[in-house]
Formats: sequence, structure tokens, C-alpha cells
Amino acid sequence: MAREMSGAPAILPLAVEGLTYTAGEARLIDDLTFRLEPGPRTVIVGPNGAGKSLLLRLCHGLLTPTAGTIRWSGGAGPDASRRQAMVFQRPVMLRRSAAANVEFALSLRHIPRDQRKQRVAAALAKTGLADVAGRPARVLSFGEQQRLALARAWALEPQVLWLDEPTASLDPAATRAVEAIIDAIHAGGTKIVMTTHDLGQARRLGDEIVLLHKGRIVERAPTADFFERPQSPLSRAFIQGELLW
Amino acid sequence: MTDFGAAFAAAVSLIATLDAGLVEIVGLSLRVSLSAVFIATMISLPLGAAVALFRFPGRGAVVVVLNALMGLPPVVVGLIVYLMLSRAGPFGVLGLLFTPTAMIVAQVILITPIIASLARQVIEDLWEEYSEQLRSLGAGPRQAVGALLWDGRFSLFTAVLAGFGRASAEVGAVMIVGGNIDHVTRVMTTAIALEVSKGDLALALGLGIILIVLSVGITGAAFVLRESARRAHGA
Amino acid sequence: MTRSIHGLFALMLATALGFGQTAAQEKFITVASTTSTQASGLFDHILPIFQQKSGIQVRVVAVGTGQAIKIGEKGDADVLFVHHRPSEDKFVAGGFGVKRYDVMYNDYVVVGPKSDPAKVMGSKDVVGAFKRIAAAKAPFASRADDSGTHKMELSLWKEGAIDVKAASGTWYRETGSGMGATLNTAAAMNAYALADRGTWLSFKNRADLTVAVEGDRKLFNPYGIILVNPRKFPHVKADLGQAFIDWIVGKDGQQAIAGYTIGGESLFIPDAK
Repeated sequence: MAREMSGAPAILPLAVEGLTYTAGEARLIDDLTFRLEPGPRTVIVGPNGAGKSLLLRLCHGLLTPTAGTIRWSGGAGPDASRRQAMVFQRPVMLRRSAAANVEFALSLRHIPRDQRKQRVAAALAKTGLADVAGRPARVLSFGEQQRLALARAWALEPQVLWLDEPTASLDPAATRAVEAIIDAIHAGGTKIVMTTHDLGQARRLGDEIVLLHKGRIVERAPTADFFERPQSPLSRAFIQGELLW
Repeated sequence: MTDFGAAFAAAVSLIATLDAGLVEIVGLSLRVSLSAVFIATMISLPLGAAVALFRFPGRGAVVVVLNALMGLPPVVVGLIVYLMLSRAGPFGVLGLLFTPTAMIVAQVILITPIIASLARQVIEDLWEEYSEQLRSLGAGPRQAVGALLWDGRFSLFTAVLAGFGRASAEVGAVMIVGGNIDHVTRVMTTAIALEVSKGDLALALGLGIILIVLSVGITGAAFVLRESARRAHGA
Repeated sequence: MTRSIHGLFALMLATALGFGQTAAQEKFITVASTTSTQASGLFDHILPIFQQKSGIQVRVVAVGTGQAIKIGEKGDADVLFVHHRPSEDKFVAGGFGVKRYDVMYNDYVVVGPKSDPAKVMGSKDVVGAFKRIAAAKAPFASRADDSGTHKMELSLWKEGAIDVKAASGTWYRETGSGMGATLNTAAAMNAYALADRGTWLSFKNRADLTVAVEGDRKLFNPYGIILVNPRKFPHVKADLGQAFIDWIVGKDGQQAIAGYTIGGESLFIPDAK
């Protein structure tokens, strides 16, 4: 499905250089330089306050960096933001039906009206929400709401999907459902970048792990390498649960 | 206490006989106030949304002024509109003084700040919640305003009701710009004032009871509709 | 948002047109008059007769004489129907009005509580009564609204050489409101008050009040009618306004005025020449 957008130029890889974000004296994101390639699922981990959420918001364009550049390929410019989507820790549900939540997102991306209905139905079906399509989004359970947030993002067929601790407030069953959906979205060709504080989830979902600490990248490695052979003492401490902030 | 008995009797007999004068006055009251509420809503919702969403120089001042104007004294509004619409005033050529249109203008000025202030608060709270999601989805300012107005519709409706309550209850402004002309600009509140000046306190209170019943009825019906719709939408 | 703005304009237009049409279809004039003529019920009695005969609707804005004259001076009415001769003459002399016509008269009465603390009941000497009220410091409710009645009252105090301004807030209570509201106040605080007979006769909330002083020639209360000057205000409906004036000072209008009674008592006596 995602490749229905084949006409749109690829926005990856993403090149980030010297990215810095300060609040007052504090350098919350401190001079980061990295690239994000299409393909592997990138999972960002780190203790509380490491700057994980900030980093996603800066890359997605919700925040303006204090310094540094975020360059998408293909010279997409402002159009790049139209090929991304983001799901937040606490799902933001519009006060309308589940289906209308998805349709609203499609209308913002100027999807023609006659195509919307079918795409809404498809997205809801793939996330197991077809039965509640007509229910008000805000009366759904928390797990259903998060799945709806994923369906809304999925319907947009983004090239990059940012996920900010998408299961942090969910019970194990709902978490498994969300992880399955993330896998399916990735299988459709969408680049996944997510943060989590759940190392088990990082192992399950991540193709590569980025450890962020105090606004800096401590280590970036394929998942197996990161957990089996961490290079940095900070990484070892983090994996053993001793790096609290 | 016999006054209250007589007032209820007057109210009941006016309603029971469907007094033609009463029907006319109630009709005009509703026409004037509902028109004013409609126009004020069209002005104040976009205004409230703009102040809630956009950061511009002098925004703080606008918020303060809107809040302060919520308590505009009707008599002052009436006086200003009177001077504007008077033949000797800047809009005198329109010949609108002592017409229902003049009363609508005065009520629009009176209630626009009320609806706009309340709407700003509602929309600002909603924007707090929606802001990141809407921007992430790529909503422009116009689309964001549209989504906020729609999703805030139940709370905004309460703001509009507050405006209606104020419009239908005030007497100071419509008395001055309407002139309380029989069959032309006499509404519930000015009719009550007239009966008081005739010393017919029972009839005045009877009209007052009808006004209160009408107002409670309309806001009550609106509340019930709103609540059931709100529950259905889980808002 | 553009859609709602379009809607707004459409509605304003529709509203203006809708109300404008009613105004355009009916022939009407605006008469600035006094609270006494309205509160007494006179207009409710005579205007339907005129409208039926002429097809002209008379829209009455009832305020104090002082404010009615201000409305006329701004050109916001076609005809003035008031009761304070000096102000009326000044209005015509200033070029705001065309000509003043006598229409009718009634008289003022001094009303007061039955207990009569100032001992003025039954007097025919109004200035003497006012002096006694002042001497007894008995409560007196004044309209204090620049109306014809108020101007009359002030001239009576002046004749009695009583400085009511100094007493304001003590026994002399300035209500700053219309005749009816002032009578309500007087009824509530058992005060004396000067009222026109028409409003008094039709006033329902009398409580303990009754007529204390009447019949003094000084209490004569003539009403005049004036067409607002169309040379000064071109929009004034001179023809329709003059038609109303001609009717009210003519035989039919005078009869209609004489025909308005409460309890067999005429409220106004026609006196057009």
C-alpha cells in the first residue's frame, strides 16, 4: 500500500548535522550529527530526560532547532513533512468518530473524497477497529485509541513514522497489538523511528538501537551488537538498569 | 404578597389567551436577540479562535480588552449606538435609529465580547491538546481553526447561549436605540419597563415571569440537546 | 472562515432588508413625545383612530420633554409632542421646528401620603404647599430628569425661594427617572411628588398616595406639537408629519382626545385654536 505513493520522491535518507536545542542554559539536545537510512527500524532508548521525545519532535518539524540542520533528501523542502506521520505517547483523539478521525487526516493531505472512504475502511480493518468505526473516538479504550492513532498515521502512507513511546501507558495485551501493527506498517515499506523505555520492546522491534544520554548519542549499533557487545560503559550501565538519568 | 399572586395570574392569563400583543412582543424579542446572537457568533468565533491560536503583537491587550468588555454596561452601548445612528451621527443617513436593526446592532456589540472571550478560552484549551497532532498532520491555520471550532462545538455552544442570555435580558441598550415603540421596537424587557412606569407592577412581573420561563425553556432545551449530542460524540 | 463571513454578510443584508421592507411598505412617522402621554394611555387611544383614517403609522418614542427636544434637535424624529412651553418656543426659534400648535392641556397635581405630614391636603396654593413641605422636611420625590414636569416643579420651588439643591439627598429625593418610576418611588417612601394628572389617573401602584394639592392656576399644563424643520433636516417626513398635526388639532383629533377618559374623568382637555 505504502508504495502507492511511488510517484512521490523519497525523502530518506535524512541528514542531521550539529542539531542543538537549548532551553535557557540547558542544552537538551547537544550537537547531534547522524543519518537515518530507509529500511531498518530505529529504536531510540535512554533514561528519562535524555531528550528522546525532543529529538523526534525536532526531526519531525514540530520544534525549531536552536542550531544545526535537518536535511531531507530529494530537495523535498517543506513537502517532506507531508510524507511523515507521528504517533504520540498519549493519543490525541479528535472529538468525532473513529472513522472521522482517520478521514480528517486524509482530508488534510488533500486525498480526493472518493478515495478517502475506502482508505479509512482499510486502515481501520488492518488495525482491528472496523467494528468501532462509528463510535466516538474518545469513548474507546486506551489501547483502541492508540491503535486508532496508528491507523490514522498508517492511512497517510508515510515514508517515515515517528513513534514516541507508543505503548508506555498500555497493558501487555494492548502493547502486543500495537507492536504487531508497527511491524505491519514497517513491512509495507515505512521507515520506523520510535522511542521506548522498555528494553524488551527495543529488542523485539528494533533493527538498530540508538542510546541517547543527556542530549548526546552515546552509542548506535545493530540491536544484537548493542545488547550483546555494548561498546560504551554507559551502554552497559543502561542495559543493566543502573543508568537512571 | 398579593402582588406575586396577581403577577402569576397576569402571566397565566396572557399566555392562556395567547394575547396578541404578547405574541408580537415575544416574537420581536426572539427575532432581535436571535439575529444578534447569530451575527455575534459569526464574528466572535473566528475572532476568539484567532486570538487563541496566533501570536501577534498586542495579543495580550486584545485578551484583556475582550475580557473587560464582557461587562460592558448596556446603557453605554446603547448610548454609543444611538450617537452613531442618530441623523446627526456618522451613520445617520441609514435611518436606522428606532428600528429593530438598531437594536440588533447594539446587542451584537454587547455580546460579541462575551462569546469571543469564552470561545477564546475553549479554543485555547483545545489547542493545547491538539496542537502537536494537528501540526503533525499538516493542518494549516485555517484547517486548524476549522477543526477546533468543530471539535469545541459543544463548549462553544454554551458560550453562544451565554450571549443569548445576555441579549434577551438586557433593557438599557434596546430602550435607548429602539425607543420602545409599540408594534415596532417593543420587546419583552422594554415592555416590562413600561409597565413598571405605569405602576402596573403585577403586569410587569407577569411579563417578567414569561420572559424568565422563555429564557429558561430555551437554554434548558439547548442544554438537553447539547448534552445528548455531546454524550453521543463522547466529547 | 470565508464561508462564515459570507454567511454573516448575507444575514446582515437579509436582516437589514427584512426590517427595511416593513419600514418601506408602511407609511410611518416618528414622534418624540413625553412619558406622560404614553403612560397615561392617551396614545393607545387616539393613534389607532388616526392610523385607520390616514394609513400612517405613528411611532412614538416616549421620553422626558428635555430628551425629546434633544432627539428633535438631532433630527431623529419628525414631530415633537411635548409640554414645556419655554423649551418649545426656544426649539422653534432655534430653527429646529416649523411652528408650535396648541393641542390640549391638563394640569399637574401634587400627590402625597394620606397621613399628610406637611399638612397641605386640600390646599389650592401650590407654592404655599411647597413651602410647608420644605419647612416640615417631609420627603419629596423629584423626577430630576429635565422633563417638562421637572422643569415645572423647579419653577415652583424657585417661586417659593426654596433651595432644593441644598436639600438633595435629605428630604428632597432626586430619582432621575420618568413619571411612573418617580411615583413608584414616592409610593414606596410615602413622599410628596408633582405629577401630571394623566399619568396619575392611569397609575396603578398608588399605595398610600392621594391627591394633596390641585386647582392652582399655576399647575396649568399645556401640550404643544411641532413639526421638525425639514429645511434643517431634509429627511424629515414633512407631509406625513403635517398630516398628523393637522388631524390632531382638527375636529376629529380634538374629539378623540376629549374621548379618552378614565373613570368618567377626561385626562386631557383639547384646546387647539
